[in-house]
This record gives sequence, structure tokens and C-alpha cells, in this order.
Amino acid sequence: MSDATAPPGRLIRAPESFLAKDDIRKVFAEGRAGRRDFIRSAFSAALASAAVPAALAQSNPVPTEGGDANILNLPAHTTGLGQGVASDGYGKPSKFEANVQRRMSPGLTQTTQSSVSFAPLQSLFGIITPSGLHFERHHQGWWDIDPSKHRLMVNGSDPKLLKTPMVFTMDELMRLPMVSRFHFIECGANTGMEWGNVAVPTVQYSHGMLSCSEFTGVPLKVVLDLCGVDYKRARYVLGEGADGSSMTRTLPMEMVESGEVLLAYGQNGEMLRPENGYPLRLVVPGVQGVSWVKYLRRIEVGDKPWATKDEAVHYIDLMPDGLHRQYSSIQECKSVVTTPSGGQALLDKGFYNISGLAWSGRGKVKKVDVSVDGGRNWRTARLEAPVLSKCLTRFNLDWVWDGKPALVQSRATDETGYVQPTFRQLRAVRGTRSIYHNNAVQTWLVQESGEVKNVQLS
Amino acid sequence: MSSFRKAAAALAALSCVGLAGAQTMAISGIGRPATASELAAWDIDVRPDFKGLPKGSGSVAQGMDLWEAKCASCHGVFGESNQVFSPLVGGTTKEDVKSGRVARLLDAAYPGRTTLMKVATVSTLWDYIYRAMPWNAPKSLKPDEVYALVAYLLNLGEVLPENFTLSDANIAQVQGMMPNRNGMTTAHAMWPGPSMGNAKPDVKAAACMKDCATEATVASYLPEHARNAHGNLAEQNRSVGAQHGADTTQPAGARPVAAVSPKAGSDANAATVALARKLNCLTCHGMDNKVVGPGFREVSQKYATRPDAAAYLAQKISAGGSGVWGPVPMPAQTATPEEVRTLAQWIAEGAKP
Repeated sequence: MSDATAPPGRLIRAPESFLAKDDIRKVFAEGRAGRRDFIRSAFSAALASAAVPAALAQSNPVPTEGGDANILNLPAHTTGLGQGVASDGYGKPSKFEANVQRRMSPGLTQTTQSSVSFAPLQSLFGIITPSGLHFERHHQGWWDIDPSKHRLMVNGSDPKLLKTPMVFTMDELMRLPMVSRFHFIECGANTGMEWGNVAVPTVQYSHGMLSCSEFTGVPLKVVLDLCGVDYKRARYVLGEGADGSSMTRTLPMEMVESGEVLLAYGQNGEMLRPENGYPLRLVVPGVQGVSWVKYLRRIEVGDKPWATKDEAVHYIDLMPDGLHRQYSSIQECKSVVTTPSGGQALLDKGFYNISGLAWSGRGKVKKVDVSVDGGRNWRTARLEAPVLSKCLTRFNLDWVWDGKPALVQSRATDETGYVQPTFRQLRAVRGTRSIYHNNAVQTWLVQESGEVKNVQLS
Repeated sequence: MSSFRKAAAALAALSCVGLAGAQTMAISGIGRPATASELAAWDIDVRPDFKGLPKGSGSVAQGMDLWEAKCASCHGVFGESNQVFSPLVGGTTKEDVKSGRVARLLDAAYPGRTTLMKVATVSTLWDYIYRAMPWNAPKSLKPDEVYALVAYLLNLGEVLPENFTLSDANIAQVQGMMPNRNGMTTAHAMWPGPSMGNAKPDVKAAACMKDCATEATVASYLPEHARNAHGNLAEQNRSVGAQHGADTTQPAGARPVAAVSPKAGSDANAATVALARKLNCLTCHGMDNKVVGPGFREVSQKYATRPDAAAYLAQKISAGGSGVWGPVPMPAQTATPEEVRTLAQWIAEGAKP
């Protein structure tokens, strides 16, 4: 076989994993030797591969003879009998939408069970992620669990932290007072591959560990009340999964007391998908996805945090002083332009709608600014309703592309006044090795050819 | 205000109150007390103060035997392997054991971070191995075996001597030897409660709107040779819309394509790949590359000229084997004879997508 052992392009390991020595040397060598020197400016980069945008088959040319064949020759769907109802008991997208898939990033992980698939943000509209396109992160493979056999147990680190340790069935949990809320979920390692340099070509791989759904369930507080939790002493909560990894994460009791934390079984009008924790998962708004424990089997209340594997070995952020930040959980304000974005090609000059997503783990998005000149001048985008707390917000902005190279960026501000930083601002404080919580402004270079490239400025 | 309007306003105010304070009722008859056996079966977590730790002990020597039998195939004989998962051992020194800070974390040029370089709490190792290891048979280890494995790992990291026996009685002293035990901080703004950190956000930016200072140099982008490394991007975008995907099988600057549909692979081959995935073959075999066992196409190529390749491979799949591609054995598969035949035929024919 040709190059079976050599990965295509650069092999970048899983976000919370290790880079092989050779990869690290290559990254550092490239950093030192300077791709920086290779191209002096964004604009020369674009000019180097300049080509005029082509008028395309689909771009609606003026007909030369009589008119467009698609209009003049009536197609079968206009002249024939279509299909009947319920030909598919659970409908699927059009066959022409087959390109819109969640995908693994080649070379990122060595197994599929401890891995990630990324949501195709470049092809999504509005703020809701279709459940079948929701990003996946499994630590030890996913399961389709029989809900009639699933149980939730609530207990304490010591017997005095609650009156009665209890067991609930799904039937019982679904009888309890029900709420439905829209929230984003983002992996703490989203955009983690881009801390040091550009590593992936498209927004699917750079920002696709992000999804947003309407979740339905019962506030965890309701269930803790039933168990008679001693809220004076029990200031921490542990969630634990029923799968092989039995993932555990610590939450502060204050979040539970606020009523925000849900025991969720519903997602976008139906039950959770198996890949997303069917039949029960935690919803922890604004906090990184790893805390939204899937296949939730147990809640323990305690008086100290647990330092579990995913808060003591992974999901810890390395700072330049050699210390790791532990229990870093909130996803800070961030945004990204999803169209046009890396790996796409604009079909022609003229009018375009720049569209993207903004979110904050601390509340609502207040405004989003968009630049097409690499951050020199900004215009404020339209925020589409609804604008909800700890939820994706869709923004749009008119743009007339003059066919010249453009550096497209978005920058979000949340209701606390926090402004999304540039890479330079972020790295100045946190260095380049923290892996987690990269919320820097993303830059897309629209080249004269119309092709869009993922780039980082400095 | 007219009396009608007043009445309407009063009504509206009332209904608002009604909504906000929607009547709640006491909940009863939902849930039941957990039994002692149920609690014992599921309450397995161990905290840094060792609350929840079962009594027991295990030696470095016992850990080594267990390690080689149950852990080495993924993590390497010395916990150093980078083949399947991140390395567990390496990068710590005797000095780190004294100081409780891993010095190499300061060296930006040092390649990567092992588990022992990061973890501050020995309870984390114990808890995680007990709940989730081995990867394909989680929760199969007994407490004494977990003590032995933790002892062996810490011996590999030169934290514990070869003749050490780790137990519930001495694990607190071992905590005092963890190489990165002083390496964590909660001084940040990202814990979602008042009990830790309580700092202000550390990165500050301003929303300048006009003639802002810029970073006008493109410092990083994918090299041209990686253009198609994530597959053809034309096939990863909707085939209609303002932007189409760039055809990355062509050089940069080529004419964008009007519409590209996914490659038409054979349905039969796709079904066989799905079968291989269902049977967990893909855990150990990549399509092209070795993971634990050889890539499927490596196998195809090795037996390309063997006339009875399909029958030979079928026998290997159902019975298991070792020694042909390396020392790690392939277990016998529980697939049906029909499934085995399908897989063997597919591999013999080149393992096409």
C-alpha cells in the first residue's frame, strides 16, 4: 500500500491528548522557521494564487435560446404523481443533502469509541442543531440503553448529607415538573487544535464540537429536595454515567440551586439520541460539555470536590507558569462566522450574507461585530431572535464582496461586558499549551479565487 | 384610564402573577429509598481525601503481572506507549517527587504531557482505574488489583520503589510523593460557583470599531500538502447555496465546482464496513493503518496472491490468532459464520470503501 503508515497531512492528536515527538518537533520547527516569513502579508498570500472567480453552471446565466431548460422542459415532479404519506415513518433529509454529515477529524484519535465527531456548522441555519448532526464525544463508546431498566440513584458522600438516598425510574422522573430550555453545549476542547497554529481547514473541525438544542427535563433541585438534601453542608454535586467510562464530574451546588441544572430526557421535541445520552443526561448551561454527564445513573452530594479523571488529568488548562488550572468549567464568550468559512468557495463577486453563531457561558450575547479587513474596521451585525441566555445566537450581516482578498472575522460581547479576545490577547495571558477554552476571534481569508482559507493573524 | 382599561390591566397583572407563581404542589409517591446493596454496587467514587476508598493492598510485582496481561496492549509495557492512548508515564523526576511540581511543564519544547506529569491526586488514578479500566472490560478489576496497578504505575514513574506494597493504610503518605501534587490552581474565573477561584476573567479585550490596531500578517495557515488531508471539502458542504465547498482534490485557485455529491461507494462494501464497526473490528484495525492489529488493506495486500485468502481469513477471524502481525493476540470473534464469510471476502478483495 502507498503510505499506509503516514497520516494524510499533519497528524494532530485528540484535544486532551499527547502530540507525538515528531509532530511536536515539526510544529515547533515550523513555528521557529516561520511560516511567518514565508508570506509577509495576507494580501500577498491571496495574490499569489490569484484567479478570477468563475461564473458557474448554477449561477443563473441569461438564456441564449428561448429560456432555461429547467423552466421550458417540465420535469417529472411537475408532470407525474408523487409519493404517498408515511412512506418513511421517520422522515430523513433530502438525498441531495448527503454532504451534510458529522465527521471525525482524520488522525485525531486512534479509536472510534474514545473520539469526537464534529457538527457541520458550515451547513446549518438558525440556532438549533438537528439531533442527528449533534457533535459526539464518547469516552468508552456509546450505547442504546433500555429506558425501562435505567435507574437514577441519589446519595451522599456521607449519610448525613441527605435524609434518604433514593432510586428513581424513568417513568417517575418523567412525572415530575417539566421544563424546556434552549442551551448550547460546547466541548471544553473545541478549537483546541488551533491554540498554537492553524491545524484544520474548516469551521466543522475548528468549531464543530458545538451544538444547541431545546432540552426537556426536570430541574435537579426538585429531585434533591425529594431526598432531603442538607444544603448547608452539601455544597458540591457529582454526576456519574452508566456507561463503561462511568464519567464523573463535580458541579457547584449554587448552579443546582439556581434551577438551571436539568435531568434531561428530551431533545428537540423527541427523546435524547443514544449518542447524546439516552435516556437521561445532565444539562449544565454555560459549562463545558464534559459536565453534561450522559447515561446519568447517579448523583452524589458532598462537601468537597472529587478531582475525577476528567477534572484532574484532562480538562485542566496548562498555563505558562507550569501550573494547571483545575475546575475550569465556564465556556467564555465566543463567536464564529459559519458562512463564508474555510474550505468554501464564493461563486462570484457581489452581494453576500455573512452569517455566524455567538454564545456565552455567562449569559446572553449583547452584540456581535464583524470585520472584513482583518479587524481594522467593524460593523455591528443583526442578532436574530430569540437571543437567549447560554444559548447560541445567530447573527447576520450584509456584505458586498468586491472580489479582492478579505479577512473576515466576528467578535462577540456578552451581557457581562466581556469581549471575545484575539489570539494575541488570549495567548498573552494563557500561552499556547492550554488545549482547552480557546475562544479567540476566528479569521477566514477570502482569496481572489473565491476560495476561503483558515488563517491566523499576528 | 377608563374603567374598562383599568379592569383589563388588573386582569393582566393577575394573570402575570398567576404565571410567575404557577401553583406548586407537594410531590409524593415518586422514588423509593435505595437499599444498602444498591448503594454498595454503584457508589464507587473515591475522593482526594480517600473517602470511599475500599480497604485492600497490592504490590508493585503483582501490578506488573496484571499490567502485562490487561493493560500493556494499549498502554505499552512501560506505560509509555503513544499508539492507542496518550502516554501515562514519563517526564517526571526524583526532584519533582521532592518539590511536588513537574519541572518539565515549564519547558514549552518538551513534547506533550503524560498522566503522571499532570495528575496531582493519587485518588484520581485509583478511582479511574477501578471505574473504567480495562478499556474493553471496565469494572472487572478487584480493589486489591487496583492497588497493585497504581503501585506499578508509580513505580514506573520512579515514585515508588520496586518492593512497595500500596494499601489503604499508606496511600495518604504516597499522596505526599505525587510529582505534580502542588501543580494545580483554582485561581481563575471559570468555576461556575463562589466556592473556588472567584477571580475576574483573565483575558481583557475592547470592542474597538474604527481604525483599530490590527495584526495584519497572516502567520499561520495549512500547508498546501495538507489541502486534501481532511478529505474533499467539496463533498463536505451543501451542494447548493451562496458558497460551495472547494474541490481540494484540485490545486488551490482552480475553478470552484458547481455541485459535488458524495462519492458513490458500493452499498455492499459500505454495509461490510458497517458490519466491521458493529463487531468492534475497527477498535483494533484501521482501514489502512495499524492500530493494535494491522490495517485491513495491509491484510488484503499481504494475502493478495493467495488463492484461498478468503477461507484462510475466515478461519483467522473466527478462531483468533497471534504472531503473524505482532505479539498482541486477536481474540476469537463471536460473529455468525455468514458475517465472518462476508468480512473475509471483503478483506480478500481489497477492503474497498
